[in-house]
Amino acid sequence: MSEQLTGAQALIRALEHAGVDTVFGIPGGAILPAYDPMLDSTQIRHILVRHEQGAGHAAQGYASATGKTGVCMATSGPGATNLVTPIADAYMDSVPLVAITGQVASAAIGTDAFQEADIRGITMPITKHNFLVNDPNEIASTIAEAFYIASTGRPGPVLVDVTKDAMQAKVDFQWPTELSLPGYRPVTRPHPKQVREAARLIVAAEKPVLYVGGGVIRAKAHVELKELAEKLGIPVVTTLMARGALPDTHQLHFGMPGMHGSVSAVGALQRSDLLICLGARFDDRVTGQLSSFAPEAKVIHADIDPAEIGKNRAADVPIVGDCKEVIVDLIAALTTEIANSHTPDYSSWRNLLDSVKAKYPVGYDEPEDGSLSPQYVIQRIGQIAGPDAIYTSGVGQHQMWAAHYLPFEKPLHWLNSGGLGTMGYSVPAAMGAKVARPDKTVWAIDGDGCFQMTNQELVTCALEGIPIKVAVINNQSLGMVRQWQTLFYDKRYSNTDLHSARIPDFAKLAEAMGGVGLRCSDKDSVDATIEKAMAVTDAPVVVDFVVHRDAMVWPMVAAGTSNDDIQIARDMAPNWDSEEL
Amino acid sequence: MSKHTLSILVENKHGVLARVAALISRRGFNIDSLAVGPTEHPEVSRMTIAVSVDEQPLEQITKQLNKLVNVIKIVELEPAATVQRELLLVKVKADTLSRGQVLETVQLFRAKVVDVAPDAITIEATGNPEKLEAMLRVLEPFGVRELVQSGMVAIGRGSRSISDRTLRPVPVPPPHVATGEPALQARPAGQTAANGANPPSHPVPAPPPGHRPAAPARQG
Repeated sequence: MSEQLTGAQALIRALEHAGVDTVFGIPGGAILPAYDPMLDSTQIRHILVRHEQGAGHAAQGYASATGKTGVCMATSGPGATNLVTPIADAYMDSVPLVAITGQVASAAIGTDAFQEADIRGITMPITKHNFLVNDPNEIASTIAEAFYIASTGRPGPVLVDVTKDAMQAKVDFQWPTELSLPGYRPVTRPHPKQVREAARLIVAAEKPVLYVGGGVIRAKAHVELKELAEKLGIPVVTTLMARGALPDTHQLHFGMPGMHGSVSAVGALQRSDLLICLGARFDDRVTGQLSSFAPEAKVIHADIDPAEIGKNRAADVPIVGDCKEVIVDLIAALTTEIANSHTPDYSSWRNLLDSVKAKYPVGYDEPEDGSLSPQYVIQRIGQIAGPDAIYTSGVGQHQMWAAHYLPFEKPLHWLNSGGLGTMGYSVPAAMGAKVARPDKTVWAIDGDGCFQMTNQELVTCALEGIPIKVAVINNQSLGMVRQWQTLFYDKRYSNTDLHSARIPDFAKLAEAMGGVGLRCSDKDSVDATIEKAMAVTDAPVVVDFVVHRDAMVWPMVAAGTSNDDIQIARDMAPNWDSEEL
Repeated sequence: MSKHTLSILVENKHGVLARVAALISRRGFNIDSLAVGPTEHPEVSRMTIAVSVDEQPLEQITKQLNKLVNVIKIVELEPAATVQRELLLVKVKADTLSRGQVLETVQLFRAKVVDVAPDAITIEATGNPEKLEAMLRVLEPFGVRELVQSGMVAIGRGSRSISDRTLRPVPVPPPHVATGEPALQARPAGQTAANGANPPSHPVPAPPPGHRPAAPARQG
């Protein structure tokens, strides 16, 4: 059952077989053959972006808002190298992504041909796997393998580089029935003995915490997580990548841990006697100084990637498996363990954390000069758009404020660049999310620095009918870097002033790109401006919120110091002793 | 730091050596010796890598290597239960006065003369790294003009093979993109409660006596 096609037709046919409905990309010399049959595909919508980095982040946004695999496409050389940042971003945040690049003809490989770059070599350290295809007969099977690898196990980016001559050759198309991947067999099913041991530790613990990471979102295990937490009343903290895994309003939720985490979340980890780590990886931004992180705690570490277990912190009970399966098995094992032993009572531990949460809520002071507070703007956007909207963010102060003040009630509604920390992520990611979920309101919470890195995709949004909303939290500076200069570099503001109250005019820029541009700089008109932006449904909207430039992100654990030294504001530390923690 | 010998079965595909070598380098480790060549299965190559690391980093290297899609299996070979060999070619100064003594050394170490010139002899020797080192120490006073050594290769003693049943295909899953629900099909058969440990992502058969599979996740 085969038919004669060109390699390029086979490539498009294979993408259709893999279930692709959207590709973000830009054509060019080496990938040109693939763009011809693309025109005939009724299944695949190709979205012509303005920069390949935008294609990559859009595919990430598409993937992170749905759990499906995102697809981007670019030509050889510069097209491919422009994909490097989003590929690295997807690798750090475990986003299922397939990147397809054209390559110069196989006879020209290695000759420094026009637009030649060894993109397979370049992306080896930042992909889960990558392929160079120069045999047209291998196009279909390689695409099948790429999607399988990207979406199973720990998800990640896979790059498929296809030579121009392979796309031009004739081939008998055949969608494979089996894959030859002898070295790829991810373990999803946790080992029962390990799960039983975990249950035993949990029942024996007095101060357990569920330390929940992005793996729970990727495994779509939020329902099971809630059941697990409620079963015994175990406090939960959700990392930056896991916001929404448990509703923020849930009484067992104690916030986000880490460098800019809430006091209750950081304190919960520090004072815990048992960390139940689900799909998180003890990142340095969460642990602070590793040697003083959660010093009293035993560790149960469940992850689908065995290499994460024991990498930064030794695990007492390692569990390799898919988070959903782990949690389901753990709930069952706990039932047995309770029947054999006793029902643990964590109420005094919860009361303690409740009192910390009440005493040190995440909050901010209004600027004294009457200028607009960035936290207020983000909070109001969250309250008006609500927990049903999808939020993306760039990287920096606005990202941390968004992580604290937006309403996170569901998974797949918070998209950001956590691991790589890519400024410029939010606009293209919002575009991808809106394409994947046209029924949802999508807000990009961006900074004035980030926005100037990737705003060209507003043109794509305007032309392709992708009405995203962008809030530029304009503090006229590279705010997070400026904050560090304030705190650690004696207020010597080297190259962090962007002057973006003056240039560019973000509202006019939005108009020039076919969107609606709004501006707001006083508290009284914030609501009306947001409502106005919400009312626009046929074009992208950019709101330039001109905010106070010296607002800082608190709480903060200074880099390299212990989480115990968390500050709730400058030179203000929580009084741990009075809490008798 | 202690020396460890890893035997790595990899798919015989373009670029695999680069993947393995680059991974070890970017995770901050040094390779003492590396040898690679074909095996009894044409589609499988075998690498022998010697590294000097502590137990904990070794576990991390092994796990990271296991994540490479082209890596099929990793086994750590215990020196006591392993035959280790290196090949060495060395060109030693030897004139009419010293030639006799050099030839005596060649005999002592059961090496071979493969080329001779009026003022030099080229010697071929195989053996474990310690033997070759000893021979070089004896030859040094004569004057070593040129030295080339292969990476070490190693194989476990006994009748078992580490490459049994390594190549099994995976059925093509339904499209993930359309359904958004990645099927969890990659579970190898027979991976149930076996021996109290999480199976490593690449199932390692019961090791022959003295073989220790490269460190799995530390189990509680």
